Amino acid sequence: MSLVHKPLPHDAAPLHVTGEARYVDDIPTPTGTLHLAFGLSEIAHGEIVAMDLGAVKTAPGVVAVLTGDDIGHADCSPSNNDEPLLALGTVHYVGQPVFLVIADSHLNARKAARLGKISYAEKPAILTVDEALAANERFEEGPRIWERGSPADAIASAAHVIEGRLEMGGQEHFYLEGQAALVSPQEGGDMHVVSSTQHPTEIQHKVAHALHLPMNAVRVETRRMGGGFGGKESQGNHLAVACALAARLTGKPCKMRYDRDDDMVVTGKRHDFRIDYKVGVDENGLIQGVDFIHYTRAGWSMDLTLPVADRAMLHADNAYWLPNIRIESHRLRTNMCSATAYRGFGGPQGLLGIERVMDHVAHELGLDPVELRKRNFYRASEPARSGAGTGKRFSAEHSPKQPEQSGVQTTPYGQPVEDFILHEMLARLEQTSDYAARKQAVAAWNAANPVLKKGLALTPVKFGISFTLTHLNQAGALVHVYQDGSIHLNHGGTEMGQGLFQKLAQVAASAFGVGMDAVKITATDTAKVPNTSATAASSGSDLNGMAVKAACDTIRDRIAEHLAERHQTSADKVVFAEGRVQVGGEDLSFAEAAMSAYQARVSLSSTGYYATPKLAWDRVKGEGRPFYYFAYGACCAEVVIDTLTGENRILRVDILHDAGASLNPALDRGQVEGGFVQGAGWLTTEELVWDAKGRLRTHAPSTYKIPACGDRPRQFNVELWTGANPEDTIHKSKAVGEPPFMHGIAVLMALSDAVAACGDGSDYVALDAPATPERILAAVKRQRGGYV
Amino acid sequence: MSGIRFTLNGVAVDVKDQPPTRTFLDWLREDRGLKGTKEGCNEGDCGACTVMLSDQRGTRAVNACILFLPQLHGKAVHTVEGLKAVDGTLHPVQTAMVNEHGSQCGFCTPGFVMSMATGHLNGVTDHDTHLAGNLCRCTGYAPIIRAAEAAAAEPVPAWLAEQVDASTLNGLAEDAPDGVALPRSSDELAAWYMANPDGRLIAGATDVGLWVTKQLRELGPVAFLSGVDDMRGIEVTEDAIHIGAVTTIAELMPAIAPHFPGFAAMLRRYGSAQVRAAATLGGNIANGSPIGDSPPTLIALGATLYLRKGGDRRALPLEEFFLDYGKQDRAPGEFVEAVSIPRQPDRLKCYKLSKRFDQDISAVLGCFNVSVSDGMVTEARIAFGGMAGTPKRATAVESALFGQPWTEGTIHKAMAVFTQDFSPMSDMRASSDYRLEAAQNLLLRYFLEDQGLATDVLEVVA
Repeated sequence: MSLVHKPLPHDAAPLHVTGEARYVDDIPTPTGTLHLAFGLSEIAHGEIVAMDLGAVKTAPGVVAVLTGDDIGHADCSPSNNDEPLLALGTVHYVGQPVFLVIADSHLNARKAARLGKISYAEKPAILTVDEALAANERFEEGPRIWERGSPADAIASAAHVIEGRLEMGGQEHFYLEGQAALVSPQEGGDMHVVSSTQHPTEIQHKVAHALHLPMNAVRVETRRMGGGFGGKESQGNHLAVACALAARLTGKPCKMRYDRDDDMVVTGKRHDFRIDYKVGVDENGLIQGVDFIHYTRAGWSMDLTLPVADRAMLHADNAYWLPNIRIESHRLRTNMCSATAYRGFGGPQGLLGIERVMDHVAHELGLDPVELRKRNFYRASEPARSGAGTGKRFSAEHSPKQPEQSGVQTTPYGQPVEDFILHEMLARLEQTSDYAARKQAVAAWNAANPVLKKGLALTPVKFGISFTLTHLNQAGALVHVYQDGSIHLNHGGTEMGQGLFQKLAQVAASAFGVGMDAVKITATDTAKVPNTSATAASSGSDLNGMAVKAACDTIRDRIAEHLAERHQTSADKVVFAEGRVQVGGEDLSFAEAAMSAYQARVSLSSTGYYATPKLAWDRVKGEGRPFYYFAYGACCAEVVIDTLTGENRILRVDILHDAGASLNPALDRGQVEGGFVQGAGWLTTEELVWDAKGRLRTHAPSTYKIPACGDRPRQFNVELWTGANPEDTIHKSKAVGEPPFMHGIAVLMALSDAVAACGDGSDYVALDAPATPERILAAVKRQRGGYV
Repeated sequence: MSGIRFTLNGVAVDVKDQPPTRTFLDWLREDRGLKGTKEGCNEGDCGACTVMLSDQRGTRAVNACILFLPQLHGKAVHTVEGLKAVDGTLHPVQTAMVNEHGSQCGFCTPGFVMSMATGHLNGVTDHDTHLAGNLCRCTGYAPIIRAAEAAAAEPVPAWLAEQVDASTLNGLAEDAPDGVALPRSSDELAAWYMANPDGRLIAGATDVGLWVTKQLRELGPVAFLSGVDDMRGIEVTEDAIHIGAVTTIAELMPAIAPHFPGFAAMLRRYGSAQVRAAATLGGNIANGSPIGDSPPTLIALGATLYLRKGGDRRALPLEEFFLDYGKQDRAPGEFVEAVSIPRQPDRLKCYKLSKRFDQDISAVLGCFNVSVSDGMVTEARIAFGGMAGTPKRATAVESALFGQPWTEGTIHKAMAVFTQDFSPMSDMRASSDYRLEAAQNLLLRYFLEDQGLATDVLEVVA
């Protein structure tokens, strides 16, 4: 029986619960290993006039101190070479690394790093959206603009025109394991790097570049991360590059891990967004035209801002048919830490924009928000087509953003929405959550309670799956079968807790018809699988799963060919199942089959490779098929607020989520539950506060509040949709890392609904995020005309 | 020569030649090579470093990152490495965490299982409260709670019950460790402090710990109060409730609940289980923080503070101790010995406002103690945290209530005079406007709750 689709526990769970699972800082290091810490900029913008590092150099345990003058431009950027490891004359944000301390212990390095005396010629800092717009401080030459149809005309001629503005905050990743790297110098100047990274190849690339080495002289390994969430896609570069430079200088292994406060000050976070919207709807609430302007503070360097802001634009439609649309996106340069990848990668921000529009339109028209959403949904898909080769090949040249192709509606960027299942999913969730009856019950409850008010909302998610930088949609694997039948599994994906390694071990075990104990999961290693993409964009199991399967199938087919020849039968008659191999009436153990193949001089090692089909995308025009398919889901949330203080609770949440034919329903459920709570945190308790000097005031868990145990919904019902992916993905599963994050949007909409219960319905609530008690109280006050 | 003696996973250790402010976490990971206990935040807020601490007062979960080595003297400590049996059998909470998919990235997991095992040992059933000090970013907590519930039915492993039994610790702490001030009585403490008036007293280290781990300060001479047993405990007389300064918040909570349930309810949200197990009432007062949660509560109850310097003792109303931001009425060498609360009919309600319900620092803490007789306000003691540079009484508000009819009209008049008492600051927790407005509304909440209206979101169900 196949092991895919089984709810097996995380492969490392027994190691997690006993403390035996090793993270970077847990790896035993040789005596003499050195430890690093950065001295940080104390101002948001200015020139370094002088650096007095005398006290740093003479501090206990200090071996060496490096500055930008010593190392030059050792670049750490994942995009356009604009991030020197150490400031070169100019500092661009509070917390920018300025000098590097190399010492005999972590504590000594930290202590010495506080002793630097830097004098600056301070310059005006750009901190807000408005300041950046006024100074025209931006990435790219101007705003990116995508348009379809005639949005201005459609809005002008619509029955109702509604305008508004939505502000949403950024988000600190708060991976429990901070950034960390360990670099050991090897013979001939080679470097061995262990990094807590989602992107070993990028670490390899940046270390090689900084040391002027070819990539083959640098090997990067990552067994696991203590959480990533996008925060370890590019933000680990600095630590690995610093360690490599220090290792070359000293000849000693060098380790660096950020103290939590440093981690929160130095590294990038989710992009915050301001979205201005103007929408025209007809009498029935159908959107005729919509105009969005996205503004995001990218921070001081480019990092991954362009694809993040692109993905926000790509999710401006969420699940809705928008025939006429214009999106203008401003990627603004500010004197703050450089905003970076974070679960959803701009998608949640873009999606929240249209969900706010839906909420606002429903209010203006007096319609139930769920009814309004359903009316605007993409047309239901035809029954799922099966078999290869039936997918429409998209060509931007022949079909530039046509609203329909053969009866299938297209996204604003022209991708046919062929797999739309939200009509059925919403119907089911409305039923299981008892939405209609609870809507009435909430209204009745509110009528009887003057101080506390409840709110209810139900929101859908449609999320595009693939890297929008098309060439990243490839993956490799390396599989060995040893002569005793044991299997060594390796691939380009990284494990950050999502259970990728277990899913792929299930794929491998299933391919060989063996048990899980036959498969050894091994650390991601640039020396085994080269040129890997980041484990990001929810792509881990889609890409690497197919690569693993290809490698395993190759070896299995070789064994089958060999046994078939020995038994004078055909390879397709050889059956691999239950750890046995049946051929021509003979029943061998898998180990016997492997030994037989080995002795017959059959190669039992293979790579596997996969490139996602059907993709074609022009990001400048905003046209094409950036996504292989869409993942769907919906969430119903009920909340209560205190109208005297803005305090609130999530009372009940029902989620229906589409993971295709799930590779592992237990792990996928974990992604849905965890993603939801993280998304709800983004929109409620998690508030990043910078002061007027550009200093982050919320740089520790004492001031930055991710959800705690008691913040999860009192009732928390999660169900996986059972449909298979119509596209030919690994065992017909769907990606599941990011999409559930956006179910948190239902909480913000439910809070908005509760606030609305305080007013007479004349003014829209317009609740911004994060909806802290303070923002909720202010919204209540607006509803009550300034009086509480 | 005698060192700091404790048992680590059942084995006696004797630690010598360590700076007194070396954290247990650093010692575990760097000196002992025990890497199972993780550093997540290094300030006692995430719980990744949670270990199990046992002595004559029971077993509790504490944060190893802000636990100094001398605080372990005479105690038994278990880390995650010591949670499974010698034969490899997992503890029931470990098994349940695997079966219920309670770990994803696994980094918070050792801390969780240590908290859970402690709760399991103590028969805790309120998992949300007990685990509020353990942050997980991956799972959304649901499977962890399922695991805690699944493990509850399983017995405590016999070997573990034996190792945490205090009788095994007898004699372990007989000798004080060399070079560490660990006074065993109020007298010894008074003498040490007279000799070291610039010294630093460390009780639970939940605040001072951060001076070391975050501010990287050198503290100079320090004395650890964990052995000053005559300053620990709660005594209830006919007139008053006396609380020794080194009584922990965890010890105070159940003791105060029968008298002032609102006090205990507030304390449930004071720090986390790990913090409450270490933090002391005296520390929370002596520290002088404007956002400590116990002083406003105690002020609203009319508490008296007892200070000692050498052989001299004095008493004063608690509110008079707080002179200004960072400044208390405490002479060098003088220390907080005890607090007493006058017995009274319970009219106390404490409202804590923060971005997150559990384990957060108050933006505003409002404590209300208003007596009403025949419809008239006969006494009003109202105190706030987070509204000024010190914990502070709302004297103008109290005056506006005193002698007035207990009606919404009176409340609204009293709400209007809050500006006479407070002009709060804006910071990362809340703006000045919110603090003021919410504080006013809390008075209204107190009144409406008294009238029987539903005002507590924590009591609402879907």
